[in-house]
Amino acid sequence: MRIRELLFVGAAFCALVQPASAKTIAVSPGEGAQERLQEALIAAEPGDVVELAAGRFKLSDGLSLDVNKVTVKGQGGSVTILDFSGQQGAGEGLLVTSDDVVLKDFAVENSKGDGIKSKGADRIVYHKLRVEWTGGPLATNGAYGIYPVESKDVLIDSVFVRGASDAGIYVGQSRNIVVRHSTAVENVAGIEIENSFDADVHDNIATRNTGGVLVFDLPNLPQMGGHNVRIFGNIIVNNMTPNFAPKGNIVANVPTGTGVMVMANRRVEIFDNVIGENGTTNIMIVGYRFPFQDPKYDPLPREVSIWDNQHSRAGWDPKFRGGTEIAAAMGGSFPAIFWDGAGGSEYTPVIQDDVPALSLGLKDIAADTAMAQPAPLARATSRPARLPAIIMPEAMEAAIR
Amino acid sequence: MRFVVPFVLAFAAAVATSAASDDPAAIAIAGPQNPATLSAFGFFDGGAERPSPRLIPYELRTPLFSDYAAKQRFIYVPEGTQIGADADGKLIFPVGSALIKSFGYPAKSGGLNVIETRVLLHQAQGWVALPYVWRADGKDADLRVGGTRVPVTFAHGGNDLSVNYSVPNKNQCKQCHSAAGNIMPIGPVWQNMAFPRAADARAIVKAVPSLARLQPYPKWDDSRTGSLEDRARQYLKVNCGHCHAPQGSASNSGLFLDGSATGAAALGIGKRPVAAGRASGDLDFIIAPGQPDQSILIKRMESTDPGIAMPELGRSTVHEEGVELLRQWIAAMPSNTH
Repeated sequence: MRIRELLFVGAAFCALVQPASAKTIAVSPGEGAQERLQEALIAAEPGDVVELAAGRFKLSDGLSLDVNKVTVKGQGGSVTILDFSGQQGAGEGLLVTSDDVVLKDFAVENSKGDGIKSKGADRIVYHKLRVEWTGGPLATNGAYGIYPVESKDVLIDSVFVRGASDAGIYVGQSRNIVVRHSTAVENVAGIEIENSFDADVHDNIATRNTGGVLVFDLPNLPQMGGHNVRIFGNIIVNNMTPNFAPKGNIVANVPTGTGVMVMANRRVEIFDNVIGENGTTNIMIVGYRFPFQDPKYDPLPREVSIWDNQHSRAGWDPKFRGGTEIAAAMGGSFPAIFWDGAGGSEYTPVIQDDVPALSLGLKDIAADTAMAQPAPLARATSRPARLPAIIMPEAMEAAIR
Repeated sequence: MRFVVPFVLAFAAAVATSAASDDPAAIAIAGPQNPATLSAFGFFDGGAERPSPRLIPYELRTPLFSDYAAKQRFIYVPEGTQIGADADGKLIFPVGSALIKSFGYPAKSGGLNVIETRVLLHQAQGWVALPYVWRADGKDADLRVGGTRVPVTFAHGGNDLSVNYSVPNKNQCKQCHSAAGNIMPIGPVWQNMAFPRAADARAIVKAVPSLARLQPYPKWDDSRTGSLEDRARQYLKVNCGHCHAPQGSASNSGLFLDGSATGAAALGIGKRPVAAGRASGDLDFIIAPGQPDQSILIKRMESTDPGIAMPELGRSTVHEEGVELLRQWIAAMPSNTH
């Protein structure tokens, strides 16, 4: 290769690995906000910041970002508002499909479908965002507030989500996940980790949802076998909003008044939480009790450990078939912790909280809960080695410092 | 090794640029600048109704529904190059090619009011999708990467229908034209194509003789071309399969309508919704065999609410005829198949 060609290729190579000097693209609300903001999200180059001014952006369609290493930043969740109440198309308010994106300091209101979705978006940061359906809990609200899916390294920090007709914060089919310092209010599920691996959910508040924190695994999905989830240091209280999910959705089966619900997951730790004022129960561990045909799917929860949680009142109004009868037999109240018995005694959760815990004795996951044969669960004397903490790549932590 | 790839790409780009001829289309297609106006490509001679004779027109036996818009489709290949195909009939276009698709509605005065023309450009680094919106005088179209909406009224089934027609933004182009994060053409599969100029088809078969052995796909609305099952599946493949594919935008749903499904659940039969939210419409299954009214798939096709409607993009009115086909298909399924 001649020297001149070498120089050319070298220069092209540098251009490829070094982003051009980062710039800020400012966008204000007002006339033509939809097209101006969408064009900014398309024109942005890696390293750029799309800065949203304070005010209400009245949007007519979904927005999307497909450029790596872009930060979208407003002036705060109460002053920079992406208002999707006039949305005419797209399944979500904002869709992110690129890597290393930081979203912070703005709000998404009243999107017709999901609030913010990120798909296949690795190392995404959601920070100080508000996603809200302002009419409160309504079946006509969108499904998920914050919705990362099929992604590796997901950090959700200091967000507020209200009104989702499925889950406020939903992480699906992802791995290496932290959800922290966030608040979920008046959603069907406050925070849900589904078909995901390696997640820490800590120091959040989940209140006035139907269920506070859910850890689920479902069949017939590309990623199954959800495992290694830690739920700790959260306040999960008064999740008594009547279930307003449209029937057919899996969360429509979450009994009103559920604190934490683990379904068909493996290696889940629940510790150091404050959990109470949940009318069905504070902690529920169950199998996937629907018919399914998927040889790769495991419907049984296993290796669930529970310790050092602070419980207050629970179980005065259990909202599942047979619950009232069991509560009556136990002196009027359902226990703070229960396991459906799925799979039999070798799957017994390890429980070290000082509250009554019960097995429904439903070894067969096809059995009706009304056929329960309740038996107390003894306090465990030891528990398995703890799961390691989830660590985010340093650049993600730096992005919010 | 990871340094080698950008090296090769940079080199390929340099070669491609130097090889560009004085053909305006070649320069416009090669990038990296996106031409601000459609006329820069030279695909049309001063109006959408006057395509260049260099373009190869084609039609689809089963097309994607886009709010009853009429579509005009063209292929551009650089001088001296040839369209190829893989063993499945998927056409392969040389670098420097373009796919061009105009969308419009019949004008009261006759002819077609063309709203927009979308181009897919095969650049050295991959495909690029761009939307161009025609000016009021119809003489040229302007690049609108941010998309837009255009209110239109048109006659359908004896009535006037009004829709807020959506020109997709550049990212939305990719949402549908995406395979594993890269932009790809969707439509040009030999078995689903028809060429009004017989010589165009002959030239492609001459280059890829095996194409002659492939059976044409059914036309969704012509029962002489396939069984109910075949036509319904072909409709789903064309209208849903670009996202509902293992590498597509809806991969996370586990619902695969691109023809790749091996079991009933992956095709939606007896499958419970995952992330449908209120779009489930209080129903339990994507497809409830024998019961179209109990099938989420039908509910979502019959809705125009953005939080419910499927497909998510490019549809603000209901495709009544398509829904009817799928209703018949589901109704004909034995109800004990799950």
